[in-house]
Amino acid sequence: MMGRGLLGIEDLERADIETILETAERMQEVGRRDVKKVPTLRGRTIVNLFFEPSTRTRTSFEIAGKRLSADVVNFTPASSSLTKAETILDTAKNLDAMAPDAVVVRHAVAGVPKRIADELGAPVINAGDGAHEHPTQALLDLLTVREEKGRIDGLTVTIIGDVAHSRVARSDIYAFRKMGAEVRLAAPPTMLPADVESLGVKGFTSLREAIDGADVVMALRIQFERLAGALFPSVREYSATFGVDRAKLRYAKDDAIVMHPGPVNRGVELSHDLADHRPSVILDQVRNGVAIRMAVLYLLAGRTRVEREEE
Amino acid sequence: MTNDSPQANPLQPAQAQGAESSCRVVLDDLAISRALMRIAHEIIERNEDLGNLYLVGVPNGGVPLARQLAENLREIADLDTVVGILDTTLYRDDLTGSGSRPPLRRTEMPSAVDDRVVILVDDVASTGRTIRAAMDALMDFGRPRAVQVVALVDRGHRELPIKIDYVGKNIPTKRAELVKLRARNGSYQRPLEVVVTAEGGRADE
Repeated sequence: MMGRGLLGIEDLERADIETILETAERMQEVGRRDVKKVPTLRGRTIVNLFFEPSTRTRTSFEIAGKRLSADVVNFTPASSSLTKAETILDTAKNLDAMAPDAVVVRHAVAGVPKRIADELGAPVINAGDGAHEHPTQALLDLLTVREEKGRIDGLTVTIIGDVAHSRVARSDIYAFRKMGAEVRLAAPPTMLPADVESLGVKGFTSLREAIDGADVVMALRIQFERLAGALFPSVREYSATFGVDRAKLRYAKDDAIVMHPGPVNRGVELSHDLADHRPSVILDQVRNGVAIRMAVLYLLAGRTRVEREEE
Repeated sequence: MTNDSPQANPLQPAQAQGAESSCRVVLDDLAISRALMRIAHEIIERNEDLGNLYLVGVPNGGVPLARQLAENLREIADLDTVVGILDTTLYRDDLTGSGSRPPLRRTEMPSAVDDRVVILVDDVASTGRTIRAAMDALMDFGRPRAVQVVALVDRGHRELPIKIDYVGKNIPTKRAELVKLRARNGSYQRPLEVVVTAEGGRADE
């Protein structure tokens, strides 16, 4: 699977996910050192090709690459000419000529990383494509849950918010299902995906039912910049019905954790108090994001050569 | 562990080798125990500041050996020696071609190495590349006062100017042979043994 890149969680086997998580757990140790740098990708070049603005994910990949001693180049094409396929492929071919060892791609249109991967010799890592997938986010969520709970198998994970338009939710659904968790969705009907059944999850329009007995409560970001109020009548109503606060959290398990892919709209998806304090683990997710991206880059951006002097 | 083939899974230490029939035991559990007791005496003999020792096992095989040495030092000289685990995978110099990446092993360095006498413990020394990688890794944790090296088996074929300070046993081997510390029960619990498998590995093993 991982030979040609990481385009989505849907393509991964459970064993692949285990390998990435175990590798990331070793990378966490590197992140706790005074000298947070190992030489394994010395002389390797990683290109961050972000067609869509992103500071957090790009920075996370950049730090991850640098901690492995790779040279990291940020390539941010002007956003005006992006929707033309020719331009994207031209960009990809130009990049390929510079012989990178891995290319991290984010694009507003689903499928672009795959299209670029078809053109490149280097492995491509999807850093978010449209409403399709955001695999490293789901992997860091798995890592955070495993760190907190010691396991993923058998847990109940409730994802709340605009699931239908969320690449994070889509990747998380695949990821948690493959690792043996039960996944529930909670959203207004307009925000539930049409293919709930085929994803192997249960959809709820009542937060209370969805959250009942949950081990993990994951709130998604309401993307005001993309939706412009199209899918629900008012922020206040959304917040009252689907916003997570301590009162609603009582229905979840006593030791439930609260997650959010960030950045949080405080007082909308999460109460102010929950955005900053346990049981929310948002900053652990960010910290684990670096470890996951180190693991993925380690597994993809370099391969093994054995000395064959006697052959 | 110079013996790791990048394709093998070192997380499963004592996996049954396909060529089980052609494997001979060169050190059994008793011989390993004796060698580790002698090495513990040599460590005491050679070092003055015994309270400053820091044993660091290179996974997987070096870890149980480092623990046993710590136990021996306690028994002989009533020393309480820190034991660390240092994976060298991210410091290897042979990870640049094609093929999959080797799995990472655990690193646990419970205290700072500054001004300590660090004793690296590996099961099998050969090319010296693992020890080179371990020294680089060690330097990222601080500035030890000195570094010494224990190898249960030295099989020769050195490619770097690395000297092993404490050798359990010198075992001349062909390059194509595979030398391995293993436990019959697969978990590095005693009884341990060192086996040589004919034609087991590639050139660098």
